[in-house]
Amino acid sequence: MQEVVIKTDKLTKRFGDFIATNEITFEVYAGEIFGFLGANGAGKTTAMRMLCGLSKPSSGQATIAGYDIYKETESIKKHIGYMSQKFSLYEDLTVMENIRFFGGIYGLTNKQIKEKIKNLAEKLGLQDQMRKLVGSLPLGWKQKLAFSVAVIHEPRIVFLDEPTGGVDPVTRRQFWDLIYEAADNGITVFVTTHYMDEAEYCNRISMMVDGVIKALDTPANLKAHYGAASIDEVFFELARGAKRSAD
Amino acid sequence: MRQLRFLLQKEFKQIFRNRALLPIIFVVPVIQLLVLPLAADYAIKNISISIVDHDHSSYSQQLVSKVISSGYFQLADYGNSYDVAFRQIELDESDLILEIPADFEKGLIRENHQQLFIAVNAINGTKAGLGGAYLNRIIADFNAEIRLDWQDPQRFQEFPTIEIVSSNWFNPLLNYRFFMVPGILAVLVTMVGAYMCSLNIVKEKEVGTIEQINVTPIKKHHFILGKLIPFWMIGIFIFSVGLFLVARLVYGIIPMGSLGLLYGFLSIFLIAMLGFGLLLSTYSETQQQAMSVAFFFMMIFLLMSGLFTPIESMPHWAKIIAWCNPVTYFIEVMRMIVLKGSGFADVKMQLLKTIGFAIFFNSWAIINYSKTN
Repeated sequence: MQEVVIKTDKLTKRFGDFIATNEITFEVYAGEIFGFLGANGAGKTTAMRMLCGLSKPSSGQATIAGYDIYKETESIKKHIGYMSQKFSLYEDLTVMENIRFFGGIYGLTNKQIKEKIKNLAEKLGLQDQMRKLVGSLPLGWKQKLAFSVAVIHEPRIVFLDEPTGGVDPVTRRQFWDLIYEAADNGITVFVTTHYMDEAEYCNRISMMVDGVIKALDTPANLKAHYGAASIDEVFFELARGAKRSAD
Repeated sequence: MRQLRFLLQKEFKQIFRNRALLPIIFVVPVIQLLVLPLAADYAIKNISISIVDHDHSSYSQQLVSKVISSGYFQLADYGNSYDVAFRQIELDESDLILEIPADFEKGLIRENHQQLFIAVNAINGTKAGLGGAYLNRIIADFNAEIRLDWQDPQRFQEFPTIEIVSSNWFNPLLNYRFFMVPGILAVLVTMVGAYMCSLNIVKEKEVGTIEQINVTPIKKHHFILGKLIPFWMIGIFIFSVGLFLVARLVYGIIPMGSLGLLYGFLSIFLIAMLGFGLLLSTYSETQQQAMSVAFFFMMIFLLMSGLFTPIESMPHWAKIIAWCNPVTYFIEVMRMIVLKGSGFADVKMQLLKTIGFAIFFNSWAIINYSKTN
């Protein structure tokens, strides 16, 4: 039996009459790369924001890293990393200052921060860019940096909301190398994406349609189950019935 | 505490890197203090006057030169036709007409009595009223001078006159700048709170970095303190530049009262205004929104605070608004401490009210802040 790090039970979020996520129930195991797929407006971001403690669920239960989503949000925040759709490092701070700031607020010691800065500079090939403002970096580098900052405190789980949107294929490949490396280090990766080739890289994927999880399995099992050649076809098969128009 | 240190470090780096904000912090206060008090001067000068002299006597000449040499009036026209002078008023080239009748001198000497006519262009009420009053005063002076010329000092004074002697307390030369500079200093500090602080927070919302902060274990009150402390310090810095550099060196204004009391009051007032800025930021999603709302409140803060016009002469409903305006009390206290040297006991009520505002704005902002997130 694998260790469960995310467990939800009928987690629901309503905005007035609109049910953004409807009684979703699933489990994510430690160390896996969990792909969270769905069309635009299917409720992925809403679900992810609830799991990160950014928005309160309307009903249902969930535990993240063993902490209750209602009562222990402060503990949850110490054990998760988050990278949003919007780029969210400080563009008017340098690479080094961003790393130092986020390291600092996650409670890393000065010595640890120094090491992180050195390691990241080498790993991302940013040695010459460390004193440059983040705003002046190309998008690919920014995304890789944002990911590295999101896992700077070695969290149990990292949530990635469409991390590779607008990034070129080579950088996407490099980005996934970073994700694999994080997973190898025992960090559970919870990722949403619109790229179906990326979905194939995940250990397991869930497909969300109209606020409900329609399917959840390994990519291979899903393809076999739907008799599809690729995840792309599975997605079309499931999303065809969607009533919510894409925004 | 360590988190707060990192937050403050980050905030100061961003502020000192912001090319739009730096001039606002360092240059704008100095320019406003240099320009505004000179322009917002209620002592009206350079009133254009047309003099219609039907007499051309030595007395009428004396009167004219007395009027012109007073410094308040500029001679727009000197002639002997009222119609020509009135045409000048119609063309807005002249504000006042002084008509000196024929036989002015003769009548004055023989009949001991004479009349002058003043016509005023009353489109600008303040200018007209004050211009008329100045002119009356000059003529009265002139009158007293001639009396002195004629009267035998030994003789029993036939007409008893009441002479009014007034002494101007706290601002003996009626220098309008002494009145304006402390007020404008108060306004500058208000701007820091209402604008800079709220814009800064809303910018983080707009860019999306606040989301990243919200998933970290940073405590809400640390984040808020991290925003308030830098702007509190900037406010005190701007105030000090204004007080020591501009007010003292340029206008020679040295506070009569205690500096400690002044800064104590400033600190609390700043907390109130920063709370107000924070409150605005919790209701705004974009910087544009925050800016427009802040501008609306700034106008009320400025116009209904007794900065330019005395609150005592406002209608009752306007007085109520002025009493609900925290800036009112700060401007009042600034003038009291700087010009009168008022002490703690004198400003106690204003201090209590400002503390009330600080608690009110900040609690509302914090309640609303936690709700939206």
